[in-house]
Amino acid sequence: MNIHEYQAKKLLANYGVPIPRGGIAHSATEAIYQSNELGGNQWIVKAQLHSGARGKAGGVKLCKSHNEISEFCDQLLGNNLVTNQTGPQGKMVSSIYVEEASDITKELYFSIVLDRATQKVTLIASTEGGMDIEKVAEETPEKITKIVIDPAVGMQPFQSRQLAFTLNLPNDVVGAASRAVMKCYRAFRDTDANLLEINPLVLTSDNRILAIDAKMTFDSNALYRRPEIFEFRDKTQEDPRETSAAEHDLSYIGLDGKIGCIINGAGLAMATMDMIQHAGGEPANFLDIGGGASSERVATSIELVLSDKNVEAILINIFAGINRCDWVAQGIVDLLNKREVDVPLVVRLSGTNVEKGQKILRDSGKKVITADTLADAAYKVVDAWKSNE
Amino acid sequence: MSIFIDEKTPVLVQGITGRIGSFHAKEMIDYGTNVVAGVTPGKGGTTHLGRPVFNTVHEAVKETGAETSIVFVPPAYAGDGIMEAAESGIKYCVSITDGIPTHDMIRVKRYINSAKPEERMVLTGPNCAGTISPGKAMMGIMPGHIYMKGSVGLIGRSGTLGYEAASQMKELGIGISTAVGIGGDPINGSSFLEILKHFEEDDETEAVLIIGEIGGPQEAAAAEYFQKHMSKPMAAYIAGLTAPPGRLMGHAGAIVNTSGESAAEKVEILQDAGVMVSPTPSDMGATMAKLLQGI
Repeated sequence: MNIHEYQAKKLLANYGVPIPRGGIAHSATEAIYQSNELGGNQWIVKAQLHSGARGKAGGVKLCKSHNEISEFCDQLLGNNLVTNQTGPQGKMVSSIYVEEASDITKELYFSIVLDRATQKVTLIASTEGGMDIEKVAEETPEKITKIVIDPAVGMQPFQSRQLAFTLNLPNDVVGAASRAVMKCYRAFRDTDANLLEINPLVLTSDNRILAIDAKMTFDSNALYRRPEIFEFRDKTQEDPRETSAAEHDLSYIGLDGKIGCIINGAGLAMATMDMIQHAGGEPANFLDIGGGASSERVATSIELVLSDKNVEAILINIFAGINRCDWVAQGIVDLLNKREVDVPLVVRLSGTNVEKGQKILRDSGKKVITADTLADAAYKVVDAWKSNE
Repeated sequence: MSIFIDEKTPVLVQGITGRIGSFHAKEMIDYGTNVVAGVTPGKGGTTHLGRPVFNTVHEAVKETGAETSIVFVPPAYAGDGIMEAAESGIKYCVSITDGIPTHDMIRVKRYINSAKPEERMVLTGPNCAGTISPGKAMMGIMPGHIYMKGSVGLIGRSGTLGYEAASQMKELGIGISTAVGIGGDPINGSSFLEILKHFEEDDETEAVLIIGEIGGPQEAAAAEYFQKHMSKPMAAYIAGLTAPPGRLMGHAGAIVNTSGESAAEKVEILQDAGVMVSPTPSDMGATMAKLLQGI
């Protein structure tokens, strides 16, 4: 689960990580009020949405007057902002964060990740802050420091010192940087975070360490024991189709193609999408209905896929292990008895009770195209889609 | 020989009295698996499916000589259950449970790895379909009848895609020595590489098929191991060529975010190492047939 920058900063501040002073606003009036509270004569105003690269997209501005703040808010609040991470439809700016401007002398990079290679929590830091860290890692790997944490004992002070000393900071600031790193680690550890990224972590002209940006994501599987993190959830940042799917315990991701997919198992779902593309089509979605696909789940899934107006054909591919092909077939027939489906529907059933399932589909008299193999199914759905155009 | 399990291997079921554990324990017994006991804390002393139930894994191992364990414990407690198996002398553990918090799995791995290598429990999963040695024994939730007995070792991250491969192979008359699901989570008990080592040493296995997907470094590690240390031929399929970057695809592990982790890059790495890669998911069986002709 993702959270907003201002929420991540609030969380980190609770652990003692130094952040610039700031306040959240939901209107231009509130934003001006926040700037008055902060004092001074220039402020950083930042659009809050679940995406990086907001600066390049015009979502961050240094404002020197109330008018500028007001204009910025009018332009962005409630509208969608398109960044290179949001996709073409963008994401809604739900609030504006107003911060005091800091006098920065050095920009650093700091993050904490779950490293899949070592299978341990790993801290990453670099003197090259504010830049694309993947590019730094590729071009100048010597500028990146990695510290691996032993899960049995957690992060030790010597490790935070080791990291801080690689950042070319003035000697009297190393202690503060080291403490900030340790506090970030504690926040990460205590909240079941997957990722914490501070880019940039800065040194100011008055020798303070500050987290200027903050991004955190959390393990959805652990939210049951982190109610305080779950509170941060912002549904306006989610694809409504994905939210509705999640409510039915289905795993759905909207894509840009025309062929709706309903499949059991994430790997088979990805493979089926690959096969559709191989056959000359483009998938409209990823949808994993899970192992125990009952009649109801199948029907719900078809409704969900049909709610996407881009869908011009549907492929259902179920390999029944713990579920049964006859249940799946019954779910399809039940739905077709209840409502019209005006796009071609291709069904491939395999595994347990496949003959029974196919018989149910045949005997129903409904317009369902059946397929025997994965390849057969993909070619049939692409053909049906093309001839229906 | 098969790897990890055969018809004699004494199997313990953790969570045997739960709805899911009970259902699959029965399927496993019907398949011919030597299920010797179950564990459900608080239900020790009772019997279930004709097997004795114990309060702790330690007790079950002591009383029945169980060597392997399958864990059907809910996600919040599964990590604890796996560590209990490791502590009690279980040699091979399959964790079916989907949704174990990642931070729990990091601790579980650390705990398992703190044992001496020769005494260390092998864990596969979590979030997998299990392990089956066709015709001998099944520790998992797969439909046993789609697997034919034979000489190909199968390793896959996805359950249903593994079924797809097994049935394509059966269709062509190609059987399997053992099929191992390693699961779709970012932190898993065993990677491809660790299971490959077992297949390389297994007399009954002549060739191996690995089924990978986007995300994580383990297909590349398998390619390197294959090139340097394996005498047996290997085929592969990688799912997710059409997956958009930066998005989770159901499996918590299936996310493309760093270089070398996209499906196209993995295919290239495997091909460079001399692995025969199936061009589409419907060619997994045919690719294996072609590979076997070359032996």
